[in-house]
Amino acid sequence: MSDLWGGLSQAFYMLFSLDADLVEITLRSLQVTLTALVIASLIALPLGALLAVRRFRIRRLTIAVLNALMGLPPVVVGLIVYIMLSRSGPFGVFGLLFTPTAMIIAQVIIIVPLIASIAHQALRELWSDYHDLLISMNTTHAQRMKTLLWDGRRALLTAALAGFGRAIGEVGAIMVVGGNIDHHTRVLTTAIALETGKGDFALALALGFVLIAMAIAVNLVIHWLTQTEKEGRW
Amino acid sequence: MKTLMMAAMTTLAMTGAAWADEIKLAVTTSFHNSGLSDVLVPAIKRDLDLEVQLLVVGTGQALKLGAAGDVDAILVHSRKAEEKFLAAGNGTHRREIMYNDFVFIGPQSDVAGAGNAASAAEALSRIANAKAPFVSRGDDSGTHKKELSLWNVADLDPAGFDNWYKAVGAGMGAALNTAAGMNAYIMSDRASWLNFGNKGDLALVYAGDPVLFNQYAYLPVNPDKHAHVKHDLALRLEGWLVSDTAKALINDYKINGETLFVFNAVQ
Repeated sequence: MSDLWGGLSQAFYMLFSLDADLVEITLRSLQVTLTALVIASLIALPLGALLAVRRFRIRRLTIAVLNALMGLPPVVVGLIVYIMLSRSGPFGVFGLLFTPTAMIIAQVIIIVPLIASIAHQALRELWSDYHDLLISMNTTHAQRMKTLLWDGRRALLTAALAGFGRAIGEVGAIMVVGGNIDHHTRVLTTAIALETGKGDFALALALGFVLIAMAIAVNLVIHWLTQTEKEGRW
Repeated sequence: MKTLMMAAMTTLAMTGAAWADEIKLAVTTSFHNSGLSDVLVPAIKRDLDLEVQLLVVGTGQALKLGAAGDVDAILVHSRKAEEKFLAAGNGTHRREIMYNDFVFIGPQSDVAGAGNAASAAEALSRIANAKAPFVSRGDDSGTHKKELSLWNVADLDPAGFDNWYKAVGAGMGAALNTAAGMNAYIMSDRASWLNFGNKGDLALVYAGDPVLFNQYAYLPVNPDKHAHVKHDLALRLEGWLVSDTAKALINDYKINGETLFVFNAVQ
């Protein structure tokens, strides 16, 4: 229990003194996860819309697989990405292993199924409302998808934020592909794992509290920028 | 506001670019947990203008990373595995740098009486006879291999043990956390133990048998096998590791007034 208080007070101390290492790994956490989130959203949101408006042969299978992959164990993703990017692997020549880029790749793989599944679920409801209208207006598939994506943007924001949540707290995959190298690939979660291993629970908890605070801050900023939860809008 | 965010993001994306020479070195958790790397890495940066990027993993994974060519050199402590690594043509040579020692940690009451043993193997036999809880790394690391070899000397086979023997499959720190939680015996390197923050009711119960000495060796990855490895930098780093500067830093490194490592490289 004393560790918990120690962690809280240390977190406040580090935050207010703007501890240089803390700022560095926090910014790197944000850099990796936000980049992964943008890339994953660019893939997953159109995919969700496509699955909602188009009927093709393996659609059901695709949806089932996407849903199942929501629970993808990060450490397995990490291992697969490691093998791919390793110098003895197929993409070894790019020398991407143990770089922030490798961490972004792993996180994209982890959160694409999650974002796409939630997006598809939300857009399917919307599609049942819009179906007759959009068909009767003789719209193209691309126009239908665009309409759904725009009108469903609030629900899609939730999908993206769920992806952000999964990526920012993830440690198994980025530990394997990033290597937790000081000043290079160390982020908040891998630093927490490292300090726990050293038995320094107070510092590990302090980093944990910083991580939670940052996740809340990012969510608030996004809600504020997109003006949700305001009177007259939803 | 949005422009400000964009500006912040661009700055974020640009951090982490461009430094002089850098080398990737896979080291064992026990070496890193000792805190010695925090002394050596800045000194190397100062003397050689070389950025050493440490990958802190178990010996098994370190050897694997070296064999795949994902690091430029490794610093590990498991002689048999190192020789196998060399025999497979993965490294150019093996250079001994320093040693520290393993110790037995256990409950302060020392229920099994391991502290009075005459040798490390006898200490283990006493723990086994008492069926006192024992935490094993169980992760194929150098420390784990050492522990298994000691059970072998004691003529005991961990595969046949009941549930007092717990193979946790984790790093040194995590295994020590488990031992602290269960008040169990565990074998640790001295450095990790001294630096460990969550000791609970545990104490050092046995140390000093020469068989517990733990030799660290430096192995550059073979450039004939992986043309991209920075072999010249690996050799420069080796030159520094066996220099008098390194010797002084290693021998003078102390935690709570205790010397941890003994430099024994042939200069």
